[in-house]
Amino acid sequence: MAEITRQARGTPEDAPGAPVVAVRNASKVFELGGGQTMVALKDINLEVQANEFISLTGPSGCGKSTLLRLIADLLEPTSGDLLVNGKPPRQARLDRDYGFVFQAATLYEWRTVAHNVQLPLEVMGYSPARRAQRAREMLRLVELEQFARHYPWQLSGGMQQRVAIARALAFQPALLLMDEPFGALDEFTRERMNMELLKIWDQTGGTVIFVTHSIAEAVFLSNRVVVMSPRPGQITKVIDIDLPRPRNFETREDPRFFTAVTDVRESLREAYGA
Amino acid sequence: MISASAASANTTTPHGRRALERLRFYLPTVLVAALLLVAWEVAVRFLGIREFLLPKPTSIVQALVDQWPILTSKALSTLRSALGGFALGVGLGLLVALITARWVTLRQAMLPFAIAANSVPIVAFSPILFNWFGPSNPFSWMVIVAVIVFFPVMINAVRGLTLVNPRALELMRSYAASDFKVLVALRIPNALPFVFSALRVATVLSMIGAVVADFFGVDRLTIGKYITQESAAFRFANTWAAILLVSLVGIVFYWLIALIERVAMPWHISVRAQDH
Repeated sequence: MAEITRQARGTPEDAPGAPVVAVRNASKVFELGGGQTMVALKDINLEVQANEFISLTGPSGCGKSTLLRLIADLLEPTSGDLLVNGKPPRQARLDRDYGFVFQAATLYEWRTVAHNVQLPLEVMGYSPARRAQRAREMLRLVELEQFARHYPWQLSGGMQQRVAIARALAFQPALLLMDEPFGALDEFTRERMNMELLKIWDQTGGTVIFVTHSIAEAVFLSNRVVVMSPRPGQITKVIDIDLPRPRNFETREDPRFFTAVTDVRESLREAYGA
Repeated sequence: MISASAASANTTTPHGRRALERLRFYLPTVLVAALLLVAWEVAVRFLGIREFLLPKPTSIVQALVDQWPILTSKALSTLRSALGGFALGVGLGLLVALITARWVTLRQAMLPFAIAANSVPIVAFSPILFNWFGPSNPFSWMVIVAVIVFFPVMINAVRGLTLVNPRALELMRSYAASDFKVLVALRIPNALPFVFSALRVATVLSMIGAVVADFFGVDRLTIGKYITQESAAFRFANTWAAILLVSLVGIVFYWLIALIERVAMPWHISVRAQDH
């Protein structure tokens, strides 16, 4: 499993303690056409430390996905600054500093599972032998080795999302950005996927920024939960989650879990002013 | 597939069962065809329909057998025009699609014209094209076919190259992939289903185009010329036989493309439906 461990490529080894992601006064305004605008994010400040698992949560329209997209350079901020590994997001993207997982698995339907996992490696010019080897390791990690030759449509939603995670980790990025990856799954599958994700993270290490609208999911996975509120999208509160690791099914029955969930829920209510 | 393969593993002869299923699938079609042919034969024989208006199926088959060597040699010439024109039209259609899909402004400037041109009855240009390239030059035939085939292929290919899932594009962006890589790994595979449905249409169009070109060309050794000659001489059984042969060639051509499609896109929904 040593191969799987991410070598923290691009993490600030030279500057220990420097944040992996630093957001300063970032705002994002969307032009809706007809002269109308929508403030998706207003004056966001956030620092994410290396090897942290941090969740962004809040109701629809709070800008949590927008914030993730700013970090990934899939969107550009209207004002303010972002640094990813000490670089502008664009540079970090060009340096392939992060892996991204969407809500929909977004597997290429014409590729087998193994070839989907190889996609980023192909783009990045890995040799065919190394691609195949990495794909095998990644599929072992997400426990889908026996489905390597299947096509995406032959897999369930949860399995497809595991392939997407394997694909995002294939090139060993030290930063994993996940945009509601389990949002489309049923409750049972989602809880199982949460466990699987923590197991994978245990083996790979690295920093995870995880967007979710599920309070329980955010609490279960994270070291810190960032609570956001809409209109305009703002950070209301950042809550530390001190649940012990490794986390498992018992974690969800731990009184401290309920306390943390209540904390997050309370801050969401405060944000709404309800 | 997982459940399907498990299910087929239970039966002892999955191939035998599949053949049986296929038979049951085609049986109604075959029966209807047989019934129609018998009705046709009976109607012509007993209702006193004259053969130059509607020959009996048996007469048409007889004509096909009698005329076989002549028919096949002429059909071959027509097929050559169809295939040559198909290759030319498809090649140009794909090339133009690739170019216009790459440069958005070029596409926006050109596509309205392409769509307008597509509504022009291109076969009407045949005499002009023969005038340009020579009335007995085989290339003239191919150009006529190519012009007909070009538009559906080009328009469908552009659609397939540009109608890409935005998330799939963002994924490529997150990998900092070059435009070329996006084209090869995403846009072209995405376009395949569009292109193949255009190719299926193009097979039929190319046969039609080739026969129509035969009507206008002065090369007499073609199936189109044969049809006009035999019709002028009231040997309509021969005309029917020629039409039958051209249709069969067209069907084979269509099947060939469909077969290539299956091999090229084993992942596609159209193939899944047939397999499972």
